[in-house]
Amino acid sequence: MADATRSLTDLFGMLGPRKATETDAAAESSVTSVSEAAYPSQSLHKFLRCLQSTDNPLLLDLGPVVGSNVTFFGEQLGCRIRVEDIAADIDRHVKGGTVDQLAEFFPKRFTQDPGTVDGILCWDVLDYLDRPAAQALAKSLCRLLRPDGCLLGFFSTAESAEQVYTKYVVVNETTLRYRTYPALRPRQRSLLNGDIIKLFKDLRVTDSFLMKSKLREMLFRKPTPR
Amino acid sequence: MWKRDESVKPATPPAPSPAATPVAPASAAPVASEPRAQLGRDIVNIGKSVIIKGELSGSEDLTIEGHVEGKIDLKDNVLTIGPNGKIKAEVFAKAVVVLGEVTGNVTASEKVDIRDNGSVDGDIASPRVAIAEGAHFRGSVDMQRSGGNKPAAKPNVPGQPAQQGGQQHGGQQHGGQQQGGQQQGGQPQSQGQKVGA
Repeated sequence: MADATRSLTDLFGMLGPRKATETDAAAESSVTSVSEAAYPSQSLHKFLRCLQSTDNPLLLDLGPVVGSNVTFFGEQLGCRIRVEDIAADIDRHVKGGTVDQLAEFFPKRFTQDPGTVDGILCWDVLDYLDRPAAQALAKSLCRLLRPDGCLLGFFSTAESAEQVYTKYVVVNETTLRYRTYPALRPRQRSLLNGDIIKLFKDLRVTDSFLMKSKLREMLFRKPTPR
Repeated sequence: MWKRDESVKPATPPAPSPAATPVAPASAAPVASEPRAQLGRDIVNIGKSVIIKGELSGSEDLTIEGHVEGKIDLKDNVLTIGPNGKIKAEVFAKAVVVLGEVTGNVTASEKVDIRDNGSVDGDIASPRVAIAEGAHFRGSVDMQRSGGNKPAAKPNVPGQPAQQGGQQHGGQQHGGQQQGGQQQGGQPQSQGQKVGA
């Protein structure tokens, strides 16, 4: 009887792929929930505190447009938000075969006057850049930031060949939702703590957190000239 | 007997009559008398084939499905740019709903709402801004509150499950794993530690 059942199963198996079972559906939904999972953030509320002392601060967001983030920061800070999607720049250069020109591109990328930006949401864009391009971008950001302004950067501590960018969707001051979307290149390398500090040598590291999500959250502040 | 009948009679008729009978004529009368005027006053629609170059101003809500270049001024009204609408203009309105394309700065005294597939290339100034997931936006958003009140600092929500250090996605202690001393992420009471100069 058992043999008969087995042979029937084999026969059904030959007819084509089996239908998704409930367990499959559950597994699939768990994958979705992982890619959309909420993670704690230790640095976001500190970043907000930095900016809350400024009237109508200018915030530069280097990630893709996330509507709810615009609403969140606008409501929390009453700020001006400038969205400069660096991931889109990277993709455009990858598509055009001009990735090696990113280092020359970044110094001319921003239209803001030096020292006029109060806060920068750098997210993890530096992970996707080669060293010269990352240096050029970091230098440009340091130049844009006003004295006492702050920059929030995320840096992956794990190598990954997956070609995805991450949208960091703010759930609240201490929670972020990571939402991935296709990228044209993977993360280039994971930067060491020392590399990051060198990149932002004009800034002071005020906080550095290594999260379970294998992401290092770092908060920088531009020193006030004496 | 007589008294009992009289006391019952007045109680029953008033219930249906004021509720049911006056409503029908009251609601029917204005609709029947001026439906066109009502429609004309509330919603103005600029159709797909219409192209306007210049300044557009008015005191009615407006839906644009055509092309407008120049300036749109509807300070006390709602402007809707329909899915077929293409605007190259400075826009001033009470509220702006974008389902089509806008190139130019948008200023709204109440709200700007960029819906799915809506596109704005320009700066937005409004106390409330909503950008849908599939929307395109390139520019800056100024949500400065009138009166310049400082935002109330929201307290942390330590009870939230995702924020607890020991949980699945929480932060983790990794002291000294890489160069320099590091902050212990994810510990609820952890404080930042200076790493740099």
